[in-house]
Amino acid sequence: MKRFLWPLGIFILLVGFLAVGLTLKPREVPSPLVGKPAPAFDLPVLHQPDKRFVPGEMRGKVWLLNVWASWCVSCREEHPVLVELAKRGVMPILGLNYKDKGDEATAWLKRFGDPYQLSVVDADGRIGIDYGVYGVPETYLIDAEGVIRFKQIGPLTMAIVEQKVLPLAKALQK
Amino acid sequence: MKSLLLILIFVFSAFTVNDVKAQTNGTQTEQRIRQLSEKIRCLVCQNQSLADSPAELAGDMRREVREQVAAGRSDHQILDYLVQRYGDFVLYEPPFKATTLLLWIGPFVLLAVAALVLVATLRRRRRAPDEPALAADDKRLVERVLGPAAPPQERDGGAR
Repeated sequence: MKRFLWPLGIFILLVGFLAVGLTLKPREVPSPLVGKPAPAFDLPVLHQPDKRFVPGEMRGKVWLLNVWASWCVSCREEHPVLVELAKRGVMPILGLNYKDKGDEATAWLKRFGDPYQLSVVDADGRIGIDYGVYGVPETYLIDAEGVIRFKQIGPLTMAIVEQKVLPLAKALQK
Repeated sequence: MKSLLLILIFVFSAFTVNDVKAQTNGTQTEQRIRQLSEKIRCLVCQNQSLADSPAELAGDMRREVREQVAAGRSDHQILDYLVQRYGDFVLYEPPFKATTLLLWIGPFVLLAVAALVLVATLRRRRRAPDEPALAADDKRLVERVLGPAAPPQERDGGAR
């Protein structure tokens, strides 16, 4: 009888591994940037191309950096969440307009609403690489010292905002 | 004869195509960029290397690699640069460290366990009695069917 219990036990163990494996998301690669200072950049502002913005200006504030593009379908899905979050005024949201065309980006914001304090333009995607962006949209929660505390890969949902982003932001704001 | 000729034509045309390729982008730098790109995973289509991926991000990352090679940075520095941004996952060959220990030595541990089980099983078998003795009436039955147990030569003779 023991002879047959062994293979059965191993089989159940393998099924267990596979079951856990199915719940993992291989698309979501943990970012090595969480806990590290947000990479610096100096980029033109979308609505005022002659003005530039550096993340240092946000020192002392907890803020969100949202990577978006008008060509990105999931960004449209995510957009109402950002608009709602901006309406609540918990923290400033800044946009990193990733590999987009200026006129298409402004038209997109006009059509769907602009939750951003401002958007900066990363036309050739270099800053995206510095931030380890590989699938738009991505969102970074950055604390008052300029350290990345949380990264969302893929669209933010109201559930993620309520359960993760807001509690963390409130703790960091204290 | 005709088919042999055809084969020869194909073989030699393959050689010339390769030669042309080698001449056009066979410089050392290009080869280095190619080799580096093959070590890096494209984050968009995760089972393709940077060299093979058609994704736009892969194009941007190849540009980054190319620029850094041109700027004279070492392979190690370039890979480090990407690991700092995308994590170890960006490398096809994960580094050997505490979190990847199981990944690296796991197969060998499994192999050792399997070998131990094999040795133990073989020993147990050797210790076990070879064949169970036949009961008396079973033996008689076998002899009736197969003939009396005797040396092979004798039985051959009997059959003739």
